[in-house]
Amino acid sequence: MARITLDNLRHSYLPNPKSDEDYALQQIDLEWQDGGAYALLGPSGCGKSTLLNIISGLIEPTQGRILFGDVDVTNVPPAARNIAQVFQFPVIYDTMTVYDNLAFPLRNRGVGKAQVDARVREIAEMIDMTDMLNRRAANLTPDNKQKISMGRGLVRDDVNVIMFDEPLTVIDPHLKWKLRSKLRELHERINLTMIYVTHDQTEALTFADQVVVMDEGVVVQIGTPVELFERPTHTFVGHFIGSPGMNLLPCEVREGQAFFHDSHVPVEGGKTSAAGSRLEIGVRPEFVSFASEGLSVDVVKITDAGRHRIVETRAGDTAIKLFVDDGMSIPEGTAHLAFDQNRTRVYADGWLAEESR
Amino acid sequence: MAAKTENQRAWFFVIPVILLVAFNAIVPLMTVVNYSVQETFGNNQFFWSGVTWFEETLKSERFQAALGRQLLFTAIILAIEIPLGIAIALSMPRSGPWVSVCLVLMSLPLLIPWNVVGSMWNIFALPDIGLLGYTLNAMGFNYDYTQQPLAAWATLIAMDVWHWTSLVVLLSYAGLISIPDAYYQAAKIDGAGKWAVFRHIQLPKMKRVLTIAILLRFMDSFMIYTEPFVLTGGGPGNATTFLSIDLVKKALGEFDLGPAAAMSLIYFLITLLVSWLFYTVMMRNEGEES
Repeated sequence: MARITLDNLRHSYLPNPKSDEDYALQQIDLEWQDGGAYALLGPSGCGKSTLLNIISGLIEPTQGRILFGDVDVTNVPPAARNIAQVFQFPVIYDTMTVYDNLAFPLRNRGVGKAQVDARVREIAEMIDMTDMLNRRAANLTPDNKQKISMGRGLVRDDVNVIMFDEPLTVIDPHLKWKLRSKLRELHERINLTMIYVTHDQTEALTFADQVVVMDEGVVVQIGTPVELFERPTHTFVGHFIGSPGMNLLPCEVREGQAFFHDSHVPVEGGKTSAAGSRLEIGVRPEFVSFASEGLSVDVVKITDAGRHRIVETRAGDTAIKLFVDDGMSIPEGTAHLAFDQNRTRVYADGWLAEESR
Repeated sequence: MAAKTENQRAWFFVIPVILLVAFNAIVPLMTVVNYSVQETFGNNQFFWSGVTWFEETLKSERFQAALGRQLLFTAIILAIEIPLGIAIALSMPRSGPWVSVCLVLMSLPLLIPWNVVGSMWNIFALPDIGLLGYTLNAMGFNYDYTQQPLAAWATLIAMDVWHWTSLVVLLSYAGLISIPDAYYQAAKIDGAGKWAVFRHIQLPKMKRVLTIAILLRFMDSFMIYTEPFVLTGGGPGNATTFLSIDLVKKALGEFDLGPAAAMSLIYFLITLLVSWLFYTVMMRNEGEES
């Protein structure tokens, strides 16, 4: 087990990258603590799988170093890194039994028979597969197969980190939840560093202590699920996380005050230092409410989402969504909106103005 | 239980196929069955003879010898072509411009008709003017496939390997490239060596296509006719007289219809039986898989 440090890392799939656009992964400096549960969250093609493959050693980065603890492993092959990986589609050795599958990584490393047996039984018990040990792995359901590929990572006691590459993609919805809680449970029990790659915000937010949000090869925010929700430092995090995502209102800033359609919008801290070519006010639908006065909008659409309703309003060309709890009345036609000042912020060119980055 | 829906119209769709199969397979086969149980002295007069021809064929040394040669030939062919085909498929690139080059090169022998292959090798291996035959003799080997049974066999085997290994290569390659990258990555992480990757990932994933390859190569080589006919005509002596060459000699050369028909049926049943055995053994565990 070890702390993982990504130092000045950059990667391009092209042989001679020149501009920033040639890089699939922009410069990353990151430190992951030993025993943490981390998620890499982002849409397809954002570079999260590239980053994962760099950590596992399947890809060598164009630039920068990876350290496990204090050891530089940048040029160390995957087998020597002592990592484990669970892939999107369950990888199992079809011809073997469950037992042999779990024993495979140990046998390849020349571990003694008695020790293999003890370890396999211990892990099988951990992933609830003791009674299936003698069955052929090929006949199992996808969730059990996925548990085996996880178990193959867990049998080795020298594993530095176990990585999950969208492991629930092929799992039935009702089993996803079960397998995810199993993952959490295992993490608490063995206290191993885990990195979970996904494009599903629910999976990331429920699994991880720290979520790394990526977009177009850039790490846009690292934070706890609560931080990502309450204080997105980039508009991408704002609209990628949350359903629906954060409202973005193009605005002007005069003397530290934000104005939308010439009406003054009070923001967090009372003052903003935002400056840039594209200025936006960001506020989540959860923190918008109807009021007797303030910004005037037209109510366009109401969607029932169970416990609450999502109301879509318009101010000029800008759509503003808000949540209204059941039982509250919704005005028709023209209405006024109020924003929770402490959750309303100004973003300059996508980035939160008050955050030094 | 719900009543079954009766719909006789389905017959209209099945009848054309039944007629087609009847005319091109069942009727000719029954004609052979008909000949195999009768004796004739010409004049289109036939007499019932029961299983005499079958007994005679099975007991005849000539048939047993041809069958033995045939089994040996097929066994050698399979023992060379299958491992060689897998080895070539494994060493072929999985991506890049060389893939199409390899595939085209591999397909070329398959595109050449049997009798052309036979003629090509016939000339190629001639000891006095053929490139191969001349070279071998110039290098000091005493090689003449028209005189030496061993040389005739070696030439036939080389020719078949040249002609048909590609088929095994292409099928194996198709099986190989269908293996997702994740398997190789997982194997790397699990510390598996080259042999373990082959044994536990590549071979199991190739099993289905290999079954087909083995079946095709078995049936084809077991029924081989054109190449030995063109190359050696079954000689020298009877050295390369395989079952189908022997059968043609008997049926068309000697016009021994009864024994030839009995022999065809035995031949057919052996091919069928061995194919079935191969398939059953290789698919033994397949049923329980998803």
